[in-house]
Amino acid sequence: MLHEPAVTVGKDNAAARKSKLGVILFIAYTIIYSGFVLIGLTKPEIMGIQLIGGQNIAIIYGFGLIVLAIIMGFIYNYFCTKMENEMDKN
Amino acid sequence: MIYEVSNLAIIIFLSIVGLVLGLSFYFARKTKSAAGYYAAGGNIHWGVNGVAFAGDYLSAASFLGICGMIAYSGYDGFLYSIGYLAGWVVALFLVAEPMKRLGKYTFTDALDAKFDSKSIKLTAAISTLIVSIFYLIPQMVGAGDLVVPLLGLPHWMGVVIVGSIVILIVATAGMTSTTYVQFIKGALLVVFSTILTIYILNNGLTLTPNENYHKFISTEAVVTNDTIVGVSDPSFLVITTKVVDNMVFVKLEKEGASCWYKLNKTESKATLEEMLYTSETEDGTKLYNGAPKSDGKFYQVGHLNKIIVDGKEVEQTGPVGPFEFLTTIENSEIVRFSKKVFKDGEEKVTVWYQNVTKGVDVMKPGLLYKLSKAAGATIWDKLNFLSLMLALFLGTSALPHILIRYYTVSSQRAARKSTIVAIAVIGFFYILTLYMGLGAMISGVLDVESSNMSGPLLAKSIGIGLFSIISAIAFATVLGTVSGLIVASSGAIAHDFIDKYLQIPMTDKAKVNAGKFSAIGVGIFAICLGILFKGMNVSFLVGLAFAVAASANLPAILFLLFWKKTTAKGIAYSIVVGIVSSIGIILFSPTMYEKYGLIAKNAPIPLDNPGIISIPLSVITLIVVSLLTQKHNATKDFDR
Repeated sequence: MLHEPAVTVGKDNAAARKSKLGVILFIAYTIIYSGFVLIGLTKPEIMGIQLIGGQNIAIIYGFGLIVLAIIMGFIYNYFCTKMENEMDKN
Repeated sequence: MIYEVSNLAIIIFLSIVGLVLGLSFYFARKTKSAAGYYAAGGNIHWGVNGVAFAGDYLSAASFLGICGMIAYSGYDGFLYSIGYLAGWVVALFLVAEPMKRLGKYTFTDALDAKFDSKSIKLTAAISTLIVSIFYLIPQMVGAGDLVVPLLGLPHWMGVVIVGSIVILIVATAGMTSTTYVQFIKGALLVVFSTILTIYILNNGLTLTPNENYHKFISTEAVVTNDTIVGVSDPSFLVITTKVVDNMVFVKLEKEGASCWYKLNKTESKATLEEMLYTSETEDGTKLYNGAPKSDGKFYQVGHLNKIIVDGKEVEQTGPVGPFEFLTTIENSEIVRFSKKVFKDGEEKVTVWYQNVTKGVDVMKPGLLYKLSKAAGATIWDKLNFLSLMLALFLGTSALPHILIRYYTVSSQRAARKSTIVAIAVIGFFYILTLYMGLGAMISGVLDVESSNMSGPLLAKSIGIGLFSIISAIAFATVLGTVSGLIVASSGAIAHDFIDKYLQIPMTDKAKVNAGKFSAIGVGIFAICLGILFKGMNVSFLVGLAFAVAASANLPAILFLLFWKKTTAKGIAYSIVVGIVSSIGIILFSPTMYEKYGLIAKNAPIPLDNPGIISIPLSVITLIVVSLLTQKHNATKDFDR
């Protein structure tokens, strides 16, 4: 039947807790991303200041945002899998 | 000649196209049901789906557009990489699992799961179509750009070829073949971009990009009472002088051949510096540096003016590490080529003058987006920047062709895991874009007429083999993304509109056929748009698609998931307001004014990126309308 999902998704007891964790991590990342945008808007000259190993803030912050997204993804998956294993087993 | 056709390039290109079509015909035999056509049966492994996500997402905008933007505007192009990747955080933490839980085949299904509202079905289907078409335009433009050097065909032929192949892919096997095309292309793109980056680092930085690099002439001008009366080299004759935006351009003639120079004046002397230029007469004749294009007088450009290592000037660095590469560019000086257009009598003249730029300015925002007071930034410049970063962050998780990929996996856990694989692959690729873009900027490979070709031309400077492979992958990149977009669009027409909104009774087979015919229609429409929008930077165009998606779709998705008072009417109205306001602002923006042949400064809305206005408008509409229609809310069906 066309209106049904391609596959049936089982009940997820951990959905609420996973959603809460997702919102917390989203807010944390948004604050850090907003910091990057705010520096660009208000004090763009700060972006050119060299920090570690001759790299400027623009590079460190930019690369940092990309790497942080990957790390936070792994953390999120670790805790979600743990919650699913605990709650869906019960 | 910047572009020459090679047999190897044609063989590699045809092999990739053959592989893609072979896959499609193979899967076509297995695709008999609607579930198979729209969602690949929901049985794709999360690892494959994750790489396919990357293949879907890393479109022509990412490889061609971002590399090109970085090559011309430095760090400002990298802002797109950061924003595009950050958008996946919204997808992973807020959208991925609920979308999988609520949806069936399309984004509209998920949005309508709670309400069963006709107004949501209609507006979400229209929104899917509009966003997908906005996203399709740059892919088709990029395809056209690619076939010019790869196969020696005109731009429009490239657009037609891509359109035809994609129609075949989608019309044969729908989401299954699309998934594997995207998987293969995503993997190949990352592998060969890594190879290209390793080559750039291994080559290091040098003042002479290659032995054939053009040495630009510089000659002293004789100035009397602020007027150029001659040139120190008597073989030059001064023909005419033009002042454009406080810059003086001078047309000189030597031995019957003319060329445009730029006047650079200091207190002690005035020099004239050779430029690249094209001149176009009213009958359409176009000359490149005063000669037909085939004469090869229009050079590839982009070089370093000074290389500073440990405070000393050097001619070359030798192999460098990834961080050393960035620091050396930051401490050095780069010659970029900036564009000006003016009229000389009946001729339209476009010049590209040498613009010596400090590495510190290249390696931070500001060359494209004016942000500091020193650069003359206005409030609108800052709003443009804020608007772009907002749209990129919020747009990803609202793109219908990305969202439908959640229905190709078996569970919420698989949806989450495939998103994480996608973030890792895409994040790694976006870091590489900085190296590929900067590498192109300083390697004397740029074709000033096509920023989109910076990446492939960098590969060409290494060898025709790598160029052929990279171009063929870039072409496959377009195929993969366009396939996803056409699946999403055909789903919007056949599944959301014809089947669910109009409720026309159809058998399962008829539904698949409706999807296929819709795919053909959208494909033909995309071909026409690709030809019409030739010459625009593909990343800029994709930025606009993100803005429309973030304005029309994201408020609806997030409020549906996180605000219990959301009503069907609230969602439908917010989608309409998001679409109308974002497209309205785009149509009256400076860039579009330029496209219409009008003066950009006269545009009534001085914003190129609409998100900063259209996203809040859409959110406010959703809240207000939902609050006003509370009595119809909860499980009640408003529209039936």
